[in-house]
Amino acid sequence: MTTVEERLLPSAEPVQLIDEHGGRHDNPQYGMPAPEALVDGYAQLVVGRRINDQASALVRQGRLAVYPSSHGQEACQVAATMVLGEQDWLFPTYRDTVSIVSRGVDPIETLTLLRGDWHSGYDPYEHNVAPQATPLATQLVHAVGVAHAARLKGEDTVVMALCGDGATSEGDFHEALNFAAVFKAPVVFFIQNNEYAISVPLARQTVAPSLAHKGIGYGVPGERADGNDLAGLLAVLGAAVGRARAGEGPQLVEAHTYRVQAHTNADDATRYRNDSEVTPWLERDPLKRLDAYLSAEGLLDDVRRSEAAAAADKVAEELRVGLMQEVSPDPAELFAHLYATPTPQLKEQAAFLQDELSREEA
Amino acid sequence: MPHEKLSMAQGLNQALRDAMRADDTVLMFGEDVGALGGVFRITDGLTAEFGEDRCFDTPLAEAGIVGMAVGMAMNGMRPVVEMQFDAFGYPAFEQVVSHVAKMRNRTRGKITLPMVIRMPYAGGIGGVEHHCDSSESYYAHTPGLTVVAPATVSDAYTLLRRAIEFPDPVIFMEPKKLYWAKEEVDLSVEEPGIGKAVVRRDGGDATLIAYGPAVPIAMEAAEAAAAEGRQLQVVDLRSIVPFDDETVCAAVRSTGRAVVVAEASGFASVSSEIVARVTERCFHSLAAPIRRVTGFDIPYPPPKLERHQLPGVDRILDAVDTLQWEDS
Repeated sequence: MTTVEERLLPSAEPVQLIDEHGGRHDNPQYGMPAPEALVDGYAQLVVGRRINDQASALVRQGRLAVYPSSHGQEACQVAATMVLGEQDWLFPTYRDTVSIVSRGVDPIETLTLLRGDWHSGYDPYEHNVAPQATPLATQLVHAVGVAHAARLKGEDTVVMALCGDGATSEGDFHEALNFAAVFKAPVVFFIQNNEYAISVPLARQTVAPSLAHKGIGYGVPGERADGNDLAGLLAVLGAAVGRARAGEGPQLVEAHTYRVQAHTNADDATRYRNDSEVTPWLERDPLKRLDAYLSAEGLLDDVRRSEAAAAADKVAEELRVGLMQEVSPDPAELFAHLYATPTPQLKEQAAFLQDELSREEA
Repeated sequence: MPHEKLSMAQGLNQALRDAMRADDTVLMFGEDVGALGGVFRITDGLTAEFGEDRCFDTPLAEAGIVGMAVGMAMNGMRPVVEMQFDAFGYPAFEQVVSHVAKMRNRTRGKITLPMVIRMPYAGGIGGVEHHCDSSESYYAHTPGLTVVAPATVSDAYTLLRRAIEFPDPVIFMEPKKLYWAKEEVDLSVEEPGIGKAVVRRDGGDATLIAYGPAVPIAMEAAEAAAAEGRQLQVVDLRSIVPFDDETVCAAVRSTGRAVVVAEASGFASVSSEIVARVTERCFHSLAAPIRRVTGFDIPYPPPKLERHQLPGVDRILDAVDTLQWEDS
């Protein structure tokens, strides 16, 4: 017999299957993912890292308005989508570009928001990826709705709902967990705890023992994983998705990671933290760790490494070329999408703008 | 269909029932809407007829209710949710403004949200604080929302059916003081569509423009004015967004004088918008500035003082008297 606490509380330490030096770290509850999954994951991490760094470079070149990078958090980004099936849904935030691309969404369409062409650039139904949420935690209740509707329709759908540590202070985080639990909705709430909400450290968000502990208040099982260990994340998230799919209701997973870069290019992290805090995290890099493990296991050689690098080069090239192309969003679109049928007032205003533009051209 | 005598509460209940019979994807949820049938009994019997999956109680959290409706609408459902009282809808404000209203636009029409937020609203029932707000201006001010406020039983029925069939989100303002008055109604009527105002009473001297709970007061005022020899026309907006400029302006042009009647506080409100747009469009037809009879710019009063806040017949007639008749 397990007690309620045993069922709902997370492990005493974040689950880790590969340690900081690339060594195998066995866990009684979670087995090591299959070698093919880890090799595939490695390739995705390399691509993800490249997307982050290329996008940041494109901000400096003025091709993107802003880019909140997930540099250092790529294991979370990639694991979140690797555990999903085609019928499942991803609810990402503004920092989850890599996750969205890893789900199959076109990288240029993904960056539409940050480029400033439109608010959301991809068709959410093409890969079941909700629009990136910029308000915090508001998307989590939508995730519950999608999951509950799927359940009513008898569909085999699990929803992966992403948020950060700061978002766990928002009311919608609480309401989403509670609704999901009451309706037994198949949602995996996945918190990437990167220690910072812009400048505010975790200690100012909560004094809970961990964010995964928050599940118990809603009757939602919580678990935590080392957010820089792809193997541990795949095992923990995979199990959570499996339980949700089996009808056991929502799960809460916290990944303990770190935002090694500033919030965005517009932020100055030196105002609120010291480099001495950042440096150890660079050593815990998810890519280095997986590379060391796979190399030691004989699963990764220079051929595979250069294949992954070539795939990353290709995506980076796509980003550079795609974002160098000048796109002029059509001002008529400003009025086109508010309603299925524009109101008479919007038609008038669209005509006004059109007239103004035609006079500008003349 | 034979004419029936129904209250607005019964008409709304029938609309929900008929919509749920017609379309399996129509769902009703909120606080106390299940076994209890809603604190105003608008959802009475729906769980019994359609089951727990179609009409259900939720945890007590309005942002969660509206947010869940957004997700369900994204995934093929047509949710109707109830905010138990106007002012209890405020916790959901961010969901309404940032998501319900914007989802279609931000995804360039890829995600549409066919959902209805039902909102028992306004005062006149002796309710304590936070139970009597006229919150329509917040929603009307938000691009992307459609805002409807019926004033009669048959409009309540038909507009709710139309709102549930509507491809985009509708804020459905139900004047709670009109819930219980009975009317002969024909539920087979197809009109009105959303966005159509109606001239409720003809009259050539001045136009009263009203919506929701103010319509019966405007009708009473017109009756009283007729007894004194002045013929007042009454326009019932029915939809606040989209606004029916055509009907309203044609009415005002036909009389040359107008008074806007609304229960909400007047400052920066639907009533001020009406005055502005009618003035912009009908200035040369106006014999006098348009007047307003609205609530004062104060929090809704306690029950013993609420009569001072509500537009009444005398205030309307006094406003009509100031429309510079001496000049004509």
